[in-house]
Amino acid sequence: MYIIVVGGGRLGYYLTKALISEGHEVVIVEKNPTICQNINDELGSVCIRGDGCEAATLTEIGTARADMLIAVTGDDEDNLVACQVAKHKFNVPRIIARVRNPQNETIFKKLGIDVTVSSTNIILENIKEELPTHPLTHLLTIRDKGLEIVEIKIPPDSTTIGKSLKELSLPEGSRLALIIPKEHNPRVPTSDTILRDGDRVIAVTTPESEAALRAALRGA
Amino acid sequence: MGCGRVGAQLAGLLDSNGHLVTILDTDDYSFRRLPPTFSGTALVGNGLNEEVLKKAGIEEADAFVAVTQGDNRNVMASQIAKHIFNVPRVICRIYDPLRQELYSTLGLEAFSPTTIFAQILREKLES
Repeated sequence: MYIIVVGGGRLGYYLTKALISEGHEVVIVEKNPTICQNINDELGSVCIRGDGCEAATLTEIGTARADMLIAVTGDDEDNLVACQVAKHKFNVPRIIARVRNPQNETIFKKLGIDVTVSSTNIILENIKEELPTHPLTHLLTIRDKGLEIVEIKIPPDSTTIGKSLKELSLPEGSRLALIIPKEHNPRVPTSDTILRDGDRVIAVTTPESEAALRAALRGA
Repeated sequence: MGCGRVGAQLAGLLDSNGHLVTILDTDDYSFRRLPPTFSGTALVGNGLNEEVLKKAGIEEADAFVAVTQGDNRNVMASQIAKHIFNVPRVICRIYDPLRQELYSTLGLEAFSPTTIFAQILREKLES
């Protein structure tokens, strides 16, 4: 695939490195000449000095034939515009924007950017996962279905311990996929599976049912 | 949004014509540009932030104008005003003529001072 990366910061650099090693054709667009030079010294001639929001620069690097554009500068507004220019002027089929401010995720969606990656939210989620008291971790979002895969820990004070799954009233739209017990091997749950202290439940749910699912599994 | 020379002057003109004006800037030092007679509201904050925009009264606004130094900031703020808060009239300054063209075709009322001023100069020189 031909992939354009806008922004040669740390994220842009490592992303490009990874994409190149997967065999893709990659061009980075970066404004700062020193950063540009450093990238070219390390990765070969992959970095073009220019503004990734400017149609002239994007024309020069053949954006019209690009399969994907990924905007990963540190400024949300620059990522938004780079993606919109790529989408509307060059008809790039797939665009991905990095979002620094988590609030902008919904704004970007409303403005036509389908795929956003919120670096702040990912870091927050990773840190929260390490907190022993944190009840629910987001593992994966399945955007086109509006679903997410989450992990819910069953702490010792849960009133559901010792109950079978059929005794619990799980919210509509939620499915349990896997139970990882503290001691034993992971198993696919059935209606007769008994919940134990320390179980980790992997479930598929809609974002709306998330709280209800958590309450159902741990006892409200 | 943006209390530079253009923003401050526009805010002053609209204010003296009896409109209710709120001007936003990230730096309160910029408000020194407002005329001493300005009776509107000067608010420190980032116009890309929905909360700040609400505080500025965007939900009741009849018009929103983005004239910061950053084209992309103006574009993003204008789109938020138009598509999220449904402000009836939104005007956006975009220095880059190509970007201005694109966003005009996408339905944003956008002006490029670069294009306009170049035209004015050409007309002066050719007349």
